[in-house]
Amino acid sequence: MTFEAVKRPVFAPWKDPDAIPLIRFEGVTKKFGEFVAIENLSLSIYEREFFALLGPSGCGKTTLMRMLAGFETPTTGIITLDGRDIIGVPPNKRPVNMMFQSYALFPHLTVAENIAFGLKRSDMPKDQIAARVDEMLALVQLSKFGGRKPHQISGGQRQRVALARALAKAPKLLLLDEPLAALDRKLREETQFELMDIQEKLGTTFVIVTHDQEEAMTVASRVAVMNHGELVQVETPERIYEHPANRYVADFIGDVNLIEGTISASEGETCQISWAEGQPLLNATPSELLAVGASCCLAIRPEKVSISSEEPTDAANAVAGRVLDIGYLGNISTYHVQLSNGKVIKAQVANHRRLARRAFTWEDPVWVSFTATAGVVLTE
Amino acid sequence: MNFRRLFLIAVPYSWLLLLFLVPFGIVLKISLSDPALAIPPYVPKFELAQGWAGIKAMFAAFDLENFVYLTEDNLYWKAYISSVQIALLSMVLTLLVGYPIAYGMANASEEWRPTLMMLVILPFWSSFLIRVYAWIGILGQNGYLNQLLQALGIIDEPLVILNTPIAVYIGIVYTYLPFMVLPIYATLEKLDGDLLEAAEDLGCSRIKAFWLITVPLSRPGVIAGCFLVFIPVVGEFVIPSLLGGSRTLMIGKILWDEFFSNRDWPLASAVAVILLLILIIPIVLFQRQQQRQQEAER
Repeated sequence: MTFEAVKRPVFAPWKDPDAIPLIRFEGVTKKFGEFVAIENLSLSIYEREFFALLGPSGCGKTTLMRMLAGFETPTTGIITLDGRDIIGVPPNKRPVNMMFQSYALFPHLTVAENIAFGLKRSDMPKDQIAARVDEMLALVQLSKFGGRKPHQISGGQRQRVALARALAKAPKLLLLDEPLAALDRKLREETQFELMDIQEKLGTTFVIVTHDQEEAMTVASRVAVMNHGELVQVETPERIYEHPANRYVADFIGDVNLIEGTISASEGETCQISWAEGQPLLNATPSELLAVGASCCLAIRPEKVSISSEEPTDAANAVAGRVLDIGYLGNISTYHVQLSNGKVIKAQVANHRRLARRAFTWEDPVWVSFTATAGVVLTE
Repeated sequence: MNFRRLFLIAVPYSWLLLLFLVPFGIVLKISLSDPALAIPPYVPKFELAQGWAGIKAMFAAFDLENFVYLTEDNLYWKAYISSVQIALLSMVLTLLVGYPIAYGMANASEEWRPTLMMLVILPFWSSFLIRVYAWIGILGQNGYLNQLLQALGIIDEPLVILNTPIAVYIGIVYTYLPFMVLPIYATLEKLDGDLLEAAEDLGCSRIKAFWLITVPLSRPGVIAGCFLVFIPVVGEFVIPSLLGGSRTLMIGKILWDEFFSNRDWPLASAVAVILLLILIIPIVLFQRQQQRQQEAER
C-alpha cells in the first residue's frame, strides 16, 4: 500500500476578501452596570470554521458567546448572522444551538427524549424525529443508551448526549461553552479529536469557549485570544504560537522565555538586541525594520533553545549558564538554566532514547543557544 | 449486627413504639370496649391485679359494636367523605396559592431569599389558635374585611363569610401554606438555571420551558407539600369548629363531640381508628414517593 499526496485546497476563508462571514460583530460593547464586559469589539467568523474564544476567566469570552445564543443583548453595536441582524431575536428563534458547560441535560427525560426535545419544538413530523434521534445517537456512539436517564450514564457519555442534543436541530452555528472542562485529561484529549471529526463531517460552524489553550490550539481553525473584554489576537493556532502579536499572547499560549532589551543595531532583516550588561548581543529577525534604541522583547519558545556542555561554534546566539532545575515530563525534559546575571532561560529537550544517560545534571555549567530566527521580536 | 448499630436503630423505633404504637394500642382497646358511667367511661378496664384471668375476661368482653354503629349511622361516613373532600379541595387551593409564592421566592435575588423565607415561617412564632381567632375578627359580619369592602364601596351589604365553608378554606389555606411553600421552594431553588436556558435554546418559549422543565422537576416538592397539607387537614378540628360554624361537617369535630360532649370514649376511639386507617393509604404513598425520590437523587 502506498500513500499518495492529495492536493486539497487550504481552508482559510478569512484570507479571502470576497468571502462573506457567517457571523459579524461590529463595534459591539456590552456593559453590566458600570462593568464593561466587552469593549468595542469587531470580529468575523466564517462558515465551517471551528472558532475558539480563548482567555482567562472574566475576559468576556462567555459574554460574547451568550450574545450569539441570544441570552445577552449588546449595549451598543451590531451582530449579524447570515447577513441578518440578530439583536433582539430571542434564543428560541435563532438557528443557533448551545452546548452548556454543565451539559444542562434534562434529568427527568431519557437520553433519546433529551435529543428529541429541540426537534419536538420544531415542525418536524413525528416519524422523522425518531429517525433523526437515532441518527444523532449513532453519531455520538450512544445507540444503546437511548432509554437511559442522564444520571444512569457516565460523565463522558453525558457530554456526548449534550453534543447530540445541540446538534440535532442541525443549527447553522453550534456554540460550545467549555465543553470538555468536566472530563479527565485522557478522555478530554480523545474527545477533542472526536469533536473535530464531527465538525468536519457535518460542516457546521462551531464556536468554542475555553480557557484551556491546548484545547483551543488542538481543535480550532482560528483562535481569538481575549483579555479584558478585547480581542488581543485572532489567528490560526500556528500563527498564534509562532507569531504572537504581543507579550500577553506569547505568555498566555504555551511556555516562553521573554527577554527584555533594546535594539542596538539594525540592518536589513536582522537586528541585534542588547539586553544585559556583560552578556553578548542577541541576533534576531524582526518582522519589520526597527529603529536603533527602541525597546523590545525577544520571545523564544523553550523547545527552540538548545543546550550543550561545550560552547557551540555555529550558533547565532549562545550564552553560558548553569543548570538550576530539571523538570522531567517523560517525553521531554525542561532545563532551567541560570545565566551569570541571574536571568533564567528555559530549554526543552526531547527524550529520544529510552536508556540514555542524562547529559546534564544540577549545577553543571552549560551553554544555551538558539538561531536568529528562533525568537520573535515583540515591540508591544 | 453490632451493639452500636442496634442502639442507633433502637432510638427511632422506641420513639415510634412509645409515642405511636402504645397510644394507638390503648385507643384500639377502648374502641373495642363498651361505654359506661364510670371513670374512665368504658368497660372492661385493663386490670393487672386480677392476673391472667382478668386479661382473659377483658378480651372476652371486646366486640366490634362501635365499628358496626359507625356504618349504621350515616352521619359518620358523611363526615369522613366530607373531610376528605375538604382536605382535597384545600390541598388544591393551597397548591394554587403556594406554588407562585415558592416560585417567586426561588427566583428572588440571593440576598432577599432568607428574608422571604423568614416571612413564610414568621406566623409560626405566634400561637396557631390566636391566628385562627384573628380570622374571626377579620371575616365576621362587622369584621375588618367587610368594613374595608364597604368603605371602598365595593359592597353594600356585609358578606357572610364566617361560619361558612369559605371561611374554613381561608383558614386552612392560611394555616397550611408554609407546609406547601417550603417543600416546593426547596425543589425550585435547586433547579439549575442552565436547564431553562437550554430549553429556550432548543426552541421553547419561556412559558413552554416552565411547563416542560420547571413543573416536572418541582413535582417531588409539590407531592410532598400536598401530602403535608392533606394528611393533617383530614383530621383538622380547630379551624372548622372556630370558622366553619355548625354547617361544616368534618370528622375532627365529630370526634370531639363524641369524646367530650357525649363522653362516648369507645365510639370516639372507633372514629379515630377508622380515620387512621383512611390516612394510612396516603401516608404509605407519601413514604414510597420519598423513597423513590431519594433513590433517583443517588
